[in-house]
Amino acid sequence: MPHIPLDANLPGITGILNYRTDTALPIRELTHLLLRGESTLTRAERELIATVVSYGNECKFCTAAHAATADLLLGEKETVEKVKHNHEHAPVSTKMKTLLTIARAVQVSGKNVTTEMIQHAKAEGASDLEIHDTVLIAALFSLYNRLVDGLASITPTEPAFYDRLAHILVEKGYLPSENRYASLNS
Amino acid sequence: MAHINLPEGLPGIRGPMAFRPETAKPLNQLAEVLLRSENSLTRGERELIATYVSSLNDCFFCQNAHGGIAQHYLQCDMSYIDAVKKDFQSTSISEKLKSLLAIAGSVQKGGKHVTPEQIAQAKFFGATDIEIHDTVLIAAAFCMFNRYVDGLGTWAPQDRNIYVARGPRRAEEGYINFDLYK
Repeated sequence: MPHIPLDANLPGITGILNYRTDTALPIRELTHLLLRGESTLTRAERELIATVVSYGNECKFCTAAHAATADLLLGEKETVEKVKHNHEHAPVSTKMKTLLTIARAVQVSGKNVTTEMIQHAKAEGASDLEIHDTVLIAALFSLYNRLVDGLASITPTEPAFYDRLAHILVEKGYLPSENRYASLNS
Repeated sequence: MAHINLPEGLPGIRGPMAFRPETAKPLNQLAEVLLRSENSLTRGERELIATYVSSLNDCFFCQNAHGGIAQHYLQCDMSYIDAVKKDFQSTSISEKLKSLLAIAGSVQKGGKHVTPEQIAQAKFFGATDIEIHDTVLIAAAFCMFNRYVDGLGTWAPQDRNIYVARGPRRAEEGYINFDLYK
């Protein structure tokens, strides 16, 4: 049971963001900019960063939600599955591997990012902006994972739920929208 | 040296914020609504939660920047802030704030560390649902800010008195309408 009274129809992060819309708005805006804004990283690549951080933090809701979103954007499920367990053996670019290494370090602590990790990323062609955004996406999901689990929100076990949520996140993005979650429980 | 080429001379989070103003905007708006907007928790109490979490994350810049602001609001000295960071149970803060700092400390480790007993304790001492939500979110937000600051290898002035001296001004100007370069 959640630690505070959340809408039973809005599990995971969705009910928390609806509980206090004034604090939710800047979080949504930041997420939309980072995951859907203009970037040299694809939307799927950015969702993969969100997924590995959530997986590292053992946040089941966020992992399932962003894994399903990356799956939908990629049109297959193999990449996410491999990235979660060991991104070195996943079918992603070498640059992406170096960024996922940085993201995994940030998940543990900002201080775990080493000069060598940064040099690797730059050698594989990562720009300063891509490194910046990787660190901030990883930091943002360190927030989300703690918010979701820290308030003990409900985690649906049905995979179809996450497929429905992924469609909302791909089609509508992360900003507030009218009847945003209408298709969530259908 | 920072891991990426940040505008020079800006300490802590100011470098990355000047590097990417688009993301700085919602980051600052979040800090403003969480730490300064109307709330049944005082600004001093909220800054203390931010300071405590930043010290647990060993983020020198954040714990001193927010410690300096908390010190101003609470009208205390640095040793009081340090005592809260080291062992808040033995300080004179309210039982309610102690119960909220315990929750914040658990969130810092990981959301799953928050126990129903900690929540019951906070409610027993009068914490409302909104206050519990805000405590969890402030703690979670500083797990983000701290990682942003340290993950990019930013620099920070080492003299802690600099942050204390800046506290009153930072408290007054808030998190939205301030000049990153001053």
